[in-house]
Amino acid sequence: MYVAVKGGERAIDNAHDWLAEERRGPTDVPELSVDQIKSQMTLAVNRVMAEGSLYDPDLAALAIKQARGDLIEAIFLIRAYRTTLPRLGHSRPVETDKMACDRRISATFKDAPGGQVLGPTFDYTHRLLDFKLAADGETPEAATADPLQGDMPRITEFLNRDGLIQTEEPSDETPRDMTREPMEYPAGRPLRLQALTRGDEGFVLGMAYSTQRGYGRNHPFVGELRIGKVAVEMDIPELGFAVDIGEITVTECETVNQFHGSKTEPPQFTRGYGLVFGQTERKAISMALVDRALRWEELGEDNLGAPAQDEEFVLSHADNIQATGFLEHIKLPHYVDFQSELELVRKIRSEAQASTLKEAAE
Amino acid sequence: MSNLDPAQAARQSRMSLLAKSEPSRLAALFPALADVPAHTWLRTPEVGAVMVRGRMGGTGAPFNLGEMSVTRCALTLPTGEVGHAYVQGRDKDHATRAALVDALMQTARADEVQATVLAPLTAEATTANSARAAKAAATKVEFFTMVRGED
Repeated sequence: MYVAVKGGERAIDNAHDWLAEERRGPTDVPELSVDQIKSQMTLAVNRVMAEGSLYDPDLAALAIKQARGDLIEAIFLIRAYRTTLPRLGHSRPVETDKMACDRRISATFKDAPGGQVLGPTFDYTHRLLDFKLAADGETPEAATADPLQGDMPRITEFLNRDGLIQTEEPSDETPRDMTREPMEYPAGRPLRLQALTRGDEGFVLGMAYSTQRGYGRNHPFVGELRIGKVAVEMDIPELGFAVDIGEITVTECETVNQFHGSKTEPPQFTRGYGLVFGQTERKAISMALVDRALRWEELGEDNLGAPAQDEEFVLSHADNIQATGFLEHIKLPHYVDFQSELELVRKIRSEAQASTLKEAAE
Repeated sequence: MSNLDPAQAARQSRMSLLAKSEPSRLAALFPALADVPAHTWLRTPEVGAVMVRGRMGGTGAPFNLGEMSVTRCALTLPTGEVGHAYVQGRDKDHATRAALVDALMQTARADEVQATVLAPLTAEATTANSARAAKAAATKVEFFTMVRGED
C-alpha cells in the first residue's frame, strides 16, 4: 500500500532560515561581498565557471557566496541558472595563438621562441603558510618590464613543421553539443573535449594520474601551457560580419606524447589537448592527458583495459552535478522503499526460523 | 566576411570595444554626451548565452568549450540610424548604452562620441592590457649557463 504523507514544511522553512544565518556567520565579522569573492577568490570563481560551463565571474562569485564556499553546490547553482538563458548563438573558435598571455611555459624546449613566461604562479613557492596574510600584511607590487611584442608562437607548430608530430586537421564541422542532445557512444573527440572541460577537476585529475601511474600510460610532456585572455568573436547575422562579443581568460595545455607508430602512421609524437575557462592549469593538464588516453583507437594503439581509455566510463562519470545528484538523492526520504525491504527481510527471517524449528522438532 | 568596407570595419572595432568594456566605465563616460535622442526598440535588451567554441589542438576541428553570458539589443534613433549591441555579461543598461553609441556614431555627432566615449575606453583598454603584459614580461626567465669545470 502506498501512503502519501505531507508535513515537514515548517521544519524545512526553519532549516533554510538557519542555513541563511549560518551562511552569514557571526555578525561582528564583516560580511563578504560578491566583488571580494570575484577579485580575491579568483581561482574558486574560475573553477565554478569551468565546471558550471558558463563564463560569468559575477554569477560564479554569487554562487560561491550562496553555497557557503561549497564549490560543487555553487556549480550546481550555475548549471541550473544557465538552463534559463536562451542560446543566442555560438562563437567562432577562439584563437589561442592570439592570446594575451599572462603565463606561457614549455617543458620541452628551454629556449622556446617567446620564452618561458612564468606569470602569477604557485610554482616555486615553498608551500609554507604565510602568516603575514593573516596579519593584514602589505602586498609587494608586481615588477614590470617592457611588454613582449607579437603573438606567442605555438610550440607544437615547430614540431609540426618537421612532421615530427601528428597534424591537427583543421575543419569547420559543427561539433556535437552535449547540452543539446543526449550523449551517445562512441562520442568522438569534440564531445569528449566538451565533457572533459566541464568535468569535475578531481575526477579528471584522478583519471590523468592513473595514466601516469601505468593504467594506459602515454608518456606526456607539457609541450606548452598558456594562460591569458582571448577575444570571443561571433558572426552577427543582422550586420553581416563578426564582432568581438567579449573576452575570456582560458588555460590551454598541449601535451606532446610518445608514439611508436602503427600500421598506418609513421613514428611521431602525438597530442593531447586541454582548454578550460579561467586560470585552471591543473585541470587543463589533466584534460590533455585524459584526451590523449582516450585517443587510443584512432591512433591504432592497444586497448589495455585501462579506465582512462574507456570513453563511456570517463564521460559518464566526469560530471560532478550528475554524480552528486544521484549520490545525494539517497539521503532523501525512501521510507516506502525501505519499508518493503524491511518487510521482505522479516518474512525471510521468519520463514528461515520456522524451518529451523521444524528441523529441530523432527 | 574579411573584406569589410571602412564603415563596417570601424563599426566592428567599436562594437568589439564596447562589448569588452567595463559596464561601470561606459556608464561613467556616457552622461557626458548631451541630449541623447530618445530611441525606439527594434529588440529590447535580452540576456542570453553564447556557446564558445575552441579548436582541438588549438588549430584543428571545433568543439564546444562552454557558454558565456551576453546581452544584446537593437534600437533606432528618430533620424533612422540603427544601433546594435552584443556585450559580455548581463547588464541591460550597458547594452543599451552600447547600442546608443553605435547609433550615434552613424550621425553627425560621430566625432563627439568618438572623443567623449570611445577614445577614453580605447585608451583605458590599452593601458590595462599593457600593464598586464608588462607584469608578464617581468616574469620571463633569463637562462644563463654556469661555467663547467671540465676545461
